[in-house]
Amino acid sequence: MMGLRSVLRRGFDRVERGLDRLFGPDWNPLANLGPLGWFLFWIVAGTGIYLFIFFDTGVVDAYASVQWLTEDHWFHAGLARSLHRYASDLMVLAMLVHLLRELVFDRYRGRRWFSWITGVPVLWFVYLSGITGYWLVWDELAQYVALTTTELLDALPVFAEPIARNFLTPESLSSRFFTLMVFLHIAIPLLLLLAMWIHIQRISQARTKPARGLAVLTLVALVAASLLMPATSQAPADLATVPARVGIDWFLLSLYPVIELLPAGVIWTGVLVFSVLLIGLPWLPRRKEAPAAVVALDHCNGCARCVADCPYSAINLVPRSDGAPFPHEVEVNADRCVACGICMGACPSSTPFRRSGDLVTGIDLPAYSLAELRTQVIAAAGGLSGPGRVLTLACGHGAGGLPEAGRIVLPCVAMAPPALLDFIISRGLADGICIAGCAERECWNRLGGEWMRERVARRRDPFLRERVPRERLLVVWAGPSETGRLRRETAAFAEQLAAQPSYDKARPLSQDELAKGEATAVQRELAE
Amino acid sequence: MKGRLRHLILGGAATLALSLAVAYLSAAPGWQSLPADMALLRVSFTHSGDRSASCRERTPEELAELPPNMRIAKVCDRRRPPIYVEIEIDGATVLAEELPARGIAGSGPSRIYQRFPLPAGRHDIAVRLRDRPATQGFDYVGETQVTLVPAQSFVIDFRPESGGFVFK
Repeated sequence: MMGLRSVLRRGFDRVERGLDRLFGPDWNPLANLGPLGWFLFWIVAGTGIYLFIFFDTGVVDAYASVQWLTEDHWFHAGLARSLHRYASDLMVLAMLVHLLRELVFDRYRGRRWFSWITGVPVLWFVYLSGITGYWLVWDELAQYVALTTTELLDALPVFAEPIARNFLTPESLSSRFFTLMVFLHIAIPLLLLLAMWIHIQRISQARTKPARGLAVLTLVALVAASLLMPATSQAPADLATVPARVGIDWFLLSLYPVIELLPAGVIWTGVLVFSVLLIGLPWLPRRKEAPAAVVALDHCNGCARCVADCPYSAINLVPRSDGAPFPHEVEVNADRCVACGICMGACPSSTPFRRSGDLVTGIDLPAYSLAELRTQVIAAAGGLSGPGRVLTLACGHGAGGLPEAGRIVLPCVAMAPPALLDFIISRGLADGICIAGCAERECWNRLGGEWMRERVARRRDPFLRERVPRERLLVVWAGPSETGRLRRETAAFAEQLAAQPSYDKARPLSQDELAKGEATAVQRELAE
Repeated sequence: MKGRLRHLILGGAATLALSLAVAYLSAAPGWQSLPADMALLRVSFTHSGDRSASCRERTPEELAELPPNMRIAKVCDRRRPPIYVEIEIDGATVLAEELPARGIAGSGPSRIYQRFPLPAGRHDIAVRLRDRPATQGFDYVGETQVTLVPAQSFVIDFRPESGGFVFK
């Protein structure tokens, strides 16, 4: 499983690199699948409301009204119909790829289970919305969908009379049935919207709007496709005949041929098993996660920088409990914390310069503390030699995910506080620092890449101090399949540093501190 | 061509290609639900088995034990018996099934919904139903000869108030 996931992950990374070239990292559609899903939902909702103005509920009127808007008023209502259909289909595609991508990127287990399992109802509500929508047109496809659906439903022992009997003969169908279908086609999308809202509740700053450029491209392309290939109806439904050959919407109705080919019991069992399996995936197997971040109240003044930076809404500001003269303190919700370390990088107390006492910060990771990070940095710097020494702080989910000499691998590059960069340069531990984050198009931990960019650019608190020369920092955003590019850019950076005079303001660490770092390096080598 | 203009053109072309592919797949390729030279016979009805056989008269002692407002002489089993249905097409029995009463208590009607794809052309169809367990033979019988055209939907319904089976 892990091997397959790794292969798929690299496959996704390569495809996304190609799309980076076409769209640019910020407009990359694969990095915007969630926001695109929301955007497409609003297109479908808007066009649906518009179409409802012209739609008539009736056995004959339904088809006639759809024909009228498609043919006589193609330039507005017909266009809305095509947009309604194509945006729905694109939403299905975006949703399925989003599901697969999160599965492959292993972002569904552990403390991210909530977003995964709340996505399962979204899946079914999208399909149900589409199915009820196709029913309303009352053409041959609608008849096929109606018959196949009701025959499947009749296999459940809940209906006193087979509901497929409503579609036996032309006389057996009443216009009230269309009123019911319109109600369902409005009610189910409303439930879908509720499910989508719940789906994003355990993340902060959820992106529900794609980049403006990507939104414009998507809308223009959908309008163009609607004008070039307008959605049309098939022949009107006729219950005296059977729709023998139908044009299927392979996004929303692809299960229908399967429903015809297999017994209803197999279909219902399959749906149930698939849903249970999908919901149970986060626990098959459960991921062993690092312990959640912990707060050291003696070093926390409740400044709330970690609250603002946490991508998972795992940190809350609560009234002070220890009598210290601050109104608030922070509290970590261990059930939501994924131990990405971004909070540690955001804490103004995270300064590795401190010499007296143990290095403790306001919010820290028990399994990878700031003190441990500082020790690792000193140890890794001890292994660097020659001119142009580069120390790499790498994201574990990017091109620098595997440890090697002179590289510290972090859960997220934003775990490194700006003071650590200052520490490395001003203590002469390296001539330059390479910050090797994951792919620019999307941070594995949602917001870490953006926060790191802002901090280094001195636009987000905690700021990188002015005394750190910007030319001694190299920032590389590279996905797991771009190890070659990371190596090349790091080598070029090292050459560039070697050509510069060395940093003359460095105040080297004491021998005690260096010895501690070297001892740690020896211990690690022995352990390896 | 640099920066955003490049992304607008290349990204726009890719998005348009995807949208056109989506538009195509939203209606094609077609699905052959029923072979071109076939018609469909559907048998669907609901009917309750006759439970009169399970009825009996209460004894005077039994009636005396009941409150005056509940002294109904005849008592019947709440459960309904199953019905038995046979369908014969061109002399071959395609269905011979006992259909149980529906509902948790078995008090609802029995029901059937069956599809039989048939080649277009002439067919002799016979359908028989027994709703009383004690009866030998059948309580209702319907026979017809029909010439089906491709994609025709032919329905067998059952309405005892109209005399039994209805072919349409």
